[in-house]
Amino acid sequence: MDFFSDYTLRIVALGAAALGMTSGALGSYAVLRKQSLLGDAISHAALPGIALAFLLTGSKAPLVLVLGAAVAGWVGTLVVMKIVNATRVKEDSALGIVLAVFFGAGLVLLTVIQKRPDASQAGLDRFLFGQAATLLWRDVVMIATLGGLALGVAALFWKEFKLLAFDPDYGASLGLPMRGLDVLLTSVLVVSIVIGLQTVGVVLMSAMVVAPASAARQWTDRMGTMVLLAGGIGALAGVSGAVISSMSQHVPTGPTIVLCLTVLVLFSMALAPNRGLVWAAVRQARNRRTLHMHAVLADLNELAVQHGGAHHGHATAVLEAAHPGARHELEELEQRGWATRAGDDWSITAAGQAEALRGGPGTRGRGDDEEDAR
Amino acid sequence: MNDQAPAIEVNDLTVAYRDKPVLWDIDVQVPRGVLMAIVGPNGAGKSTLIKAMLGLVRAAAGQVLVHGRPYAEQRKLVAYVPQRGSVDWDFPTSVLDVVMMGCYGSLGWLRRPGKKERDAAMAALGQVGMQDFAERQISQLSGGQQQRVFLARALVQNAGLYLMDEPFQGVDAKTERAIVTVLQQLRAAGKTVVVVHHDLETVPEYFDWVLLLNVRRIGMGPVDEVFTEENLRLTYGGRVPFLQRRNGHLEGTKPVDDVRRPDASMAAD
Repeated sequence: MDFFSDYTLRIVALGAAALGMTSGALGSYAVLRKQSLLGDAISHAALPGIALAFLLTGSKAPLVLVLGAAVAGWVGTLVVMKIVNATRVKEDSALGIVLAVFFGAGLVLLTVIQKRPDASQAGLDRFLFGQAATLLWRDVVMIATLGGLALGVAALFWKEFKLLAFDPDYGASLGLPMRGLDVLLTSVLVVSIVIGLQTVGVVLMSAMVVAPASAARQWTDRMGTMVLLAGGIGALAGVSGAVISSMSQHVPTGPTIVLCLTVLVLFSMALAPNRGLVWAAVRQARNRRTLHMHAVLADLNELAVQHGGAHHGHATAVLEAAHPGARHELEELEQRGWATRAGDDWSITAAGQAEALRGGPGTRGRGDDEEDAR
Repeated sequence: MNDQAPAIEVNDLTVAYRDKPVLWDIDVQVPRGVLMAIVGPNGAGKSTLIKAMLGLVRAAAGQVLVHGRPYAEQRKLVAYVPQRGSVDWDFPTSVLDVVMMGCYGSLGWLRRPGKKERDAAMAALGQVGMQDFAERQISQLSGGQQQRVFLARALVQNAGLYLMDEPFQGVDAKTERAIVTVLQQLRAAGKTVVVVHHDLETVPEYFDWVLLLNVRRIGMGPVDEVFTEENLRLTYGGRVPFLQRRNGHLEGTKPVDDVRRPDASMAAD
């Protein structure tokens, strides 16, 4: 199996890389603006657009279908905004309604198309779960062109979009047209979603929007790095999933890509420095051990004081009585030079007494004079 | 330009959410160079008034003039300090980056902030005592530090009129001192500052003008003329913990069984 000489695989990999990069990078904005569900609504809402575009034109040209998808995705977004503004229905409910109604309409239209006598040529159902193996060169060109345009817009309006994501009211007070920027950013997001539908499918496309950004956020505290990283993660997941699925006609691409993404997300959540769960657990365990160790040290000190001198030894069992497992803490104390042992008898050193007087962790290290905790 | 015109003038402003008026026929004229507190109970429309001045909420009626001309033409003269709770402080960005947002308006399209903007942001951070935090991720800030970052961002705009929404809300003593110092520097530089304020006790100390608001305008003018017990009772509908305590001090012997003992936090809520 030679990936890079196989023509189909090369096309699939290029297309998946382009769409993964676009939706991953632009999905960062959706995640940062807490609009993760918007991507889901847009991609589901696009389905009737694809079906209608085919019914009206009889064409399956990628640009025609993508245009239909984009228009329907946009209409879906407008309906969500309209519902939120005009009724008491909240945004999450509005997104759910639009998603279900548009997707349902799309399924009905797909069934109609398949019942038509000339249905054999339709094959539009691949838009449900995606089929990377059906990608052609012209599809890849379209994906790369539209994706490049979308990314270009995001780069041009970098600082405005950042302000829109962080503090739109403040942006408006600066005189920036925040509503227009919102429309522009949403349009760019619609583009990044519809170019992935043929490969990933409407059902799981939202994962390409949300997951790369969520994974990237784990690794960095800078928005620029996050957007680039999300693009890279999206491209990596897209390529690996599309290539794996295109080796068999029977494996839909969307689910395969999502599985690859899941691996990357889990890896990031577990192992990213600072935010990773594994490191958090390690830090917590280390803190707990330090606390235990200082508790044992305090008791050693108390014993020494009671007996009028540091050189009065005590058996491990005495300390184990108050601190089950104190043996490990005692060894740690010995390593730090805060306790010494003679046989099974432990006693505190001068350095240990100084440390015990200073108090344990938590009573030190608060140099900041800020009264209010976060 | 009209140099005699008020810093900000609001005429007949009415704001309603659904059919309930939040602000009713408000007239405000703030002279230039004053520090003005907007005071009133919760739900009085204090934040809404500031947002309506800035065009962030839709007014049903009314007109806002800044230095004698419509606000839409004068945006560059006005800097806004939102409530710090209005943004997500876990956003992936640094303190310096947030403060530099203050120059996005004057920078223009397609241009990125450069050295000039960096220097301005660092100077503003120095003014609020936060220069050592420039590279910090904003999620590592305390509430008071967040507030000072927002203040620095507005200082970067070098505006003539500052509108601040609850800058003293839940901040530590150091931040409160830093903000008061900045307010006094702004007044000394001839700028006008309008602050939504909760702590009645500090009004006479920090401010020279006051607007008493409870959906309608109850009173407005110099603090020593307008900030009276009578007006505060009108504003708060008779239940003013601050006044109860002050009366207790004045009369000295008033037993506490007829009034709820005012608690230490002077907030009117």
